[in-house]
Amino acid sequence: ELLPEEEKENARSVRIPKSRILTLPELRANPFQHRICRVFSTSEDGDDSMSFEDFLDMLSVFSDSATSEIKSHYAFRIFDFDDDGTLDKKDLENLVNCLTGQSEESRLNSAEMEQLIQNILEESDIDKDGTINLSEFQHVISRSPDFASSFKIVL
Amino acid sequence: PRAPGAAAAPRREAAAQVGFRAALYFLFLREFQQADIKYLSGWNQWKRSSRKSWKKVFDEAKEVLSYLELWRHDIHSIEGKFGTGIQSYFSFLRFLVLLNFVIFTLMFSFVTLPSIISKYGIFNSSFDEIPAKSIEPHCTVYTPSGNKGLIYFYTYPKDLLSGTGFLEMTSLFYGYYTIDAAWISIFRYNLPLAYLLTTFAYLALSLLWIIKRSVEGFKQNLVHDEDQFQSYCNKVFAGWDFCITDLNAARLKHRSLQYELKTDLEEERLKQKIADRTMKDKLRIYSLRIFLNIIVLAVLSGCFYSIYRATVFSQGNISNVSIRHDIRTNSNLLVQYLPSIVITLANFIAPQIFSVLIRLEDYSPAFEIRLTLMRCVFVRLANIGVLLFSLWSQISYCATEKCKACGYNYELYPCWESQVGQEMYKLLIFDFIIIVAVTLFVDFPRKLLVTYCSCKPVQWCGLQEFGISDNVLEIIYGQTICWIGTFYSPLLPAIATMKYFIVFYIKKISLIHTRKPSARPIRASSSNFFFLVVLLIGLVLAFIPLGISIAHIPSSKACGPFRNFNTSWAVVPHTILGFPTGLQKVLYGIASEAFAVPFFMVICLVMFYFIALAGAHKRVVEQLREQLVMESRDKLFLIRKITEAQKPLD
Repeated sequence: ELLPEEEKENARSVRIPKSRILTLPELRANPFQHRICRVFSTSEDGDDSMSFEDFLDMLSVFSDSATSEIKSHYAFRIFDFDDDGTLDKKDLENLVNCLTGQSEESRLNSAEMEQLIQNILEESDIDKDGTINLSEFQHVISRSPDFASSFKIVL
Repeated sequence: PRAPGAAAAPRREAAAQVGFRAALYFLFLREFQQADIKYLSGWNQWKRSSRKSWKKVFDEAKEVLSYLELWRHDIHSIEGKFGTGIQSYFSFLRFLVLLNFVIFTLMFSFVTLPSIISKYGIFNSSFDEIPAKSIEPHCTVYTPSGNKGLIYFYTYPKDLLSGTGFLEMTSLFYGYYTIDAAWISIFRYNLPLAYLLTTFAYLALSLLWIIKRSVEGFKQNLVHDEDQFQSYCNKVFAGWDFCITDLNAARLKHRSLQYELKTDLEEERLKQKIADRTMKDKLRIYSLRIFLNIIVLAVLSGCFYSIYRATVFSQGNISNVSIRHDIRTNSNLLVQYLPSIVITLANFIAPQIFSVLIRLEDYSPAFEIRLTLMRCVFVRLANIGVLLFSLWSQISYCATEKCKACGYNYELYPCWESQVGQEMYKLLIFDFIIIVAVTLFVDFPRKLLVTYCSCKPVQWCGLQEFGISDNVLEIIYGQTICWIGTFYSPLLPAIATMKYFIVFYIKKISLIHTRKPSARPIRASSSNFFFLVVLLIGLVLAFIPLGISIAHIPSSKACGPFRNFNTSWAVVPHTILGFPTGLQKVLYGIASEAFAVPFFMVICLVMFYFIALAGAHKRVVEQLREQLVMESRDKLFLIRKITEAQKPLD
């Protein structure tokens, strides 16, 4: 229950602060929790708070019935850490660090990271410009067998 | 001048727009295709709705059945806390408990129950004990010591541990089943035939059950083993399971992702290194490998020889005492357990040596793990074979003419099947004792030491990891003993069931309190398949001693259901001779060459057909893969064209 009792009447218009969103069980163990809040929040203050509409948007994208195109579109926005519209080396590095854990010893060392990013770009960068844009990303996702089953949240 | 990134952005936007529009187009196409389904005929609609309701019924039935599953909650909690690799070990243990229980039910209901019913005359039954004809009288003398005269109280636990004394004449061992036929009202129950057929039945049942379970794992393994097309992208972009809500599970997932990425990168580096090897390097590596394999063979022969000597010594000491006192008395417990001790030591030392040697052989990590495991499996299973072989060499050793008339050493082994059953019983009990002792006297003190003593070397040693493959090999070794031993000791599966039942709880407690989680998370699907493959190897290796014993070695004439036959197998031809002539002709026809050769040819044809089918599918997969590569090249070409076409717009 994210909303305190007294605000239930104006549930439609109130915005929940980010700290409370992150207490949701579905999000609290997720390494991409901050990016998810940033992507789905429509708040003008940039404080990543979410209204009911934003919350619905998030759940609908992560639901089973969302199409793969919508999911890959939003996945691209979530993985784009610097919000520049492409996944460059820095974004991929951030992504891999999120996957392997937040502590120092769980990260890959720089040589391994370099090798991994090279391999990823080799597999997905079609126009060989060193970054992955949306269509390249969607192309890779469409051939990935695990994406549909992992990119979903079941309440 | 604008920064290059800013100039590239609108071009990328345009390319993205193209992609997005294409996506929308395909979206609409799919919607139209799905709309067609609404106009199906009434019959098809009824079929679909009935299929849906049947599916609901099946799902609910499956859910109800899953509540009856043994240890469902325990295994679920283990999976949540320790990951799917360790959970697969416990599921495997549960499978073995069930398998042993079913085998016990089989043996009990078809062999033990009729014997007991007819011996005690329940349900107005009686039994036939046909006296031996045309067999030397000296072969039929069998006087187990049993409970004769004054027995010291400490002989009871000793008997319990070694299967001699009062246990020898119970239904636990082969020697109890001396009935040739049981009469239950008017129905004649042929016990020797039932004994043999039940043995074949439980072996076949185990084989079919294991194959059925491994088929699911095999399909998954086939799919995963293929060189993944874009494994890195798949692992990075679709690696995180967004359904994880538990922090522990999240930590496990982080760790397993890190491990997977690291091992994949390492494999790639190693492949590069192997490809870069010069001729001189290759020569050096291969000669080193040959040398190390010779060392492995030497270690193996050392193990086998020591087991052989231990068995001969142990059997010699037991028999020496008996010849002196003219009755078979119990000898020292240590001497009795000597083969088990030597086998357990060999099973412990050999894998350590192998894991040291494999590091010098410079293989890729995945191959290293597999080769070490194969070697350990071979050591464990071959040790049992060597034990049986040495037992048989003792049993069939015949120096005198009288002995040759019986076919086996009648003085020392009047009822040799019970002896073999006792050895298997001792192995099983000793295995159980070792598991309990290691947990009590090694794991718990280690945990106490690590918790309360903060000196450097202790902390560096730390807690022990839960080695999944070691534990699995341990229980497979126990299961192979059970399979071989059930023929000689029909109630052994019951003991095995209870043993595995208790081992489950011991291992669970040990895991929760004294182990640290493994640094190398293992994929569950491949582990499941691997466990079942090794279990299958154990079963096939159990066929061999049983087959030799049933068909080749003369059965003892002093005890057991096969006293009146030359070998245990001889009861089958004897029964067939009693069938009507028509049925006899059919059975002889099936066993003759005129049937076997065409049958074999048909089987070969079917196999070739399936191999050709698999080859054709593989070729199609290759072609589709090439098409995908071409498609990406086409896309690359199109994107270039688009960016070129947009240049004049800037």
